[in-house]
Amino acid sequence: MNDDRIPTLAVWKFASCDGCQLTLLDCEDELLGLAERVRISHFLEMSGAEGSGEGEAATLAGVGPYDLSLVEGSVTTAEDAQRIRRIRQISRRLVTIGACATAGGVQALRNFADVAQFRAAVYAHPEYIATLATSTPISAHVPVDFELRGCPIDRRQLLEVITAYLAERKPNISAHSVCFECKVRGTTCITVAHGTPCLGPVTHAGCGAICPAYDRGCYGCFGPSNSLNLESMVRQLKHDGMNDQDVMRVFRTFNAASPEYAALPTLTGQDAAAEEEAR
Amino acid sequence: MSAPMAPAADDAVIGREGLAALVDVLRARGFTVIGPTVRGGAIVLDELESAESLPYGWGVELEAGQYRLRERADGAAFANAAGPQSWKTFLHPARVRQWRAERSDGQLTFETDDTPPPRFAFLGVRPCDLRAIAIQDRVLATGRHADPVYQGRRSGAFLVSVECTEPGATCFCVSMGTGPAAGPGYDLVLTELADEGGHRFWIRSGSPEGAEVLAELPGRIADDAIREAAREGVSAAADRMGRAMPSVDLHRLMAGTLEAPRWDDVASRCLTCGNCTMVCPTCFCTTTEDVTDLTGDHAERWRLWDSCFDLDHSYLHGGPVRPSSRSRYRQWLTHKLGTWYDQFGSSGCVGCGRCIVWCPVAIDITEEAAALHDWANRPADNGAAPE
Repeated sequence: MNDDRIPTLAVWKFASCDGCQLTLLDCEDELLGLAERVRISHFLEMSGAEGSGEGEAATLAGVGPYDLSLVEGSVTTAEDAQRIRRIRQISRRLVTIGACATAGGVQALRNFADVAQFRAAVYAHPEYIATLATSTPISAHVPVDFELRGCPIDRRQLLEVITAYLAERKPNISAHSVCFECKVRGTTCITVAHGTPCLGPVTHAGCGAICPAYDRGCYGCFGPSNSLNLESMVRQLKHDGMNDQDVMRVFRTFNAASPEYAALPTLTGQDAAAEEEAR
Repeated sequence: MSAPMAPAADDAVIGREGLAALVDVLRARGFTVIGPTVRGGAIVLDELESAESLPYGWGVELEAGQYRLRERADGAAFANAAGPQSWKTFLHPARVRQWRAERSDGQLTFETDDTPPPRFAFLGVRPCDLRAIAIQDRVLATGRHADPVYQGRRSGAFLVSVECTEPGATCFCVSMGTGPAAGPGYDLVLTELADEGGHRFWIRSGSPEGAEVLAELPGRIADDAIREAAREGVSAAADRMGRAMPSVDLHRLMAGTLEAPRWDDVASRCLTCGNCTMVCPTCFCTTTEDVTDLTGDHAERWRLWDSCFDLDHSYLHGGPVRPSSRSRYRQWLTHKLGTWYDQFGSSGCVGCGRCIVWCPVAIDITEEAAALHDWANRPADNGAAPE
């Protein structure tokens, strides 16, 4: 910041599990340092009080304005669609944190199903539930300054984004594949050496390639990389032993509604199967 | 085997205990000894505290996109082709801090890291990798843009080459003129023999320091029989190369096929994941990252491996120069096999086969070059546009 005023930070929750907000609280060693550099003005996960803690009532809407808003969660209700517009209006910079806010989250599986049916199956009084038919990312509603990936987000990356914001520079967040991180870490490729199906080649880096380091295939919780060849990846996953349904399921998790994955039903033959059934 | 040999001997025969002594001698001389060892289902390169960690009795079965360890009955330590890493992991590390800056009372001070790098001894440098190191020397240790990090790690390095007697199905060093016999550049070179005559190594020195180390090893004087057997093993390996690069002028081939439809074909398979460039022993591209802490009073510049398959690698004002995977794969291959000659006077490929093995979707550099060659030599088509 160019002035002496301490920048204000707000943390918002939409449809989500709170895990990404917890990642901020997990910054135990850095939290005090962070609190010296920013005024944490709105963060209901951490404190019930709005503002500077002088007895103001906590509100979902906040008071504002805020220099930096971190937004967790997707938009699944009409109220939330309104709320995010107001938050955008009172925020200088708006950064989404995590797969829900960036891609709609696991709850976006509803986008491919019948929400009324879910509602009837789950709730004793479905008439009490007011929800939208889709779960959508924040960027579908308001302009977003930066999207931080992950389910949950990575602690170091969150600090990097906040630090970059304070220094008024671009965050060092690479959008290439997880393979880069395996190589830097010295992890032997588990697809090539063990035949383990792995989404690493098409998945956005940022986790530090944790799963392959423990002999487990990447399952894409950071969503699509900035350069993915889905068709070739699907072919390879099948070569490594997955069937069409496995492929569909592994992509349709935390980033199910990512537009980059839109060709999946065609690539896994599910479009053809649905057509067959319709006939 | 007996007491240390006379320093005059420039070749000798050592056994398994001689190899153990080699690691011990190098460590006693202050080297950090790096060599092959089995970890995570592969033969990786790591620090060796003793020769016991060498992959005795392990071979590998290689194919495009596939690497499998296989036990060997002969107990050989080096009867395995290139693994997932190369020596650049140590000479040209994936992450290097270049400098730090502190701001205090409005004053900036810069500090570089002056800690001397470890003095490496590399045990098991294959002839193809020996050439790869020479190529990286040309790129990183000489000329106007010599890199002090590489120079610091390379200048004191002691290279123990091991000639190839068991090439993999993805090896093509013969067609690149880099193996399986070791070229110049080593301090010591071994040829492994594991047969009815026992497990032994024909060892020669290639430098004064190599000769000094050799003189400290328990072994016996070499005779013509062992020399002959070792040369036969290496020459037999040359006949068992799994692959070959088309024997044409690759520089010309690359320049003449820039619009070949094959580039679209390979782009339909390429994941642009960057694995090929990171396992390549000659790829050297890096990017830099400036990091700051929360206070903004402490900054660091880091250098990281980069890849021409990364969109950001060609990002200039307004966007990437090579947005398509076709353009990025073509950039990599034409540089590796073609424009490398213009830039550095040699091929950038040494025929180690790593890019073939570690490509998750089994893209094969020799197959791509052959397809381009076929296209360049397609029959005349009476003026119709080529497909």
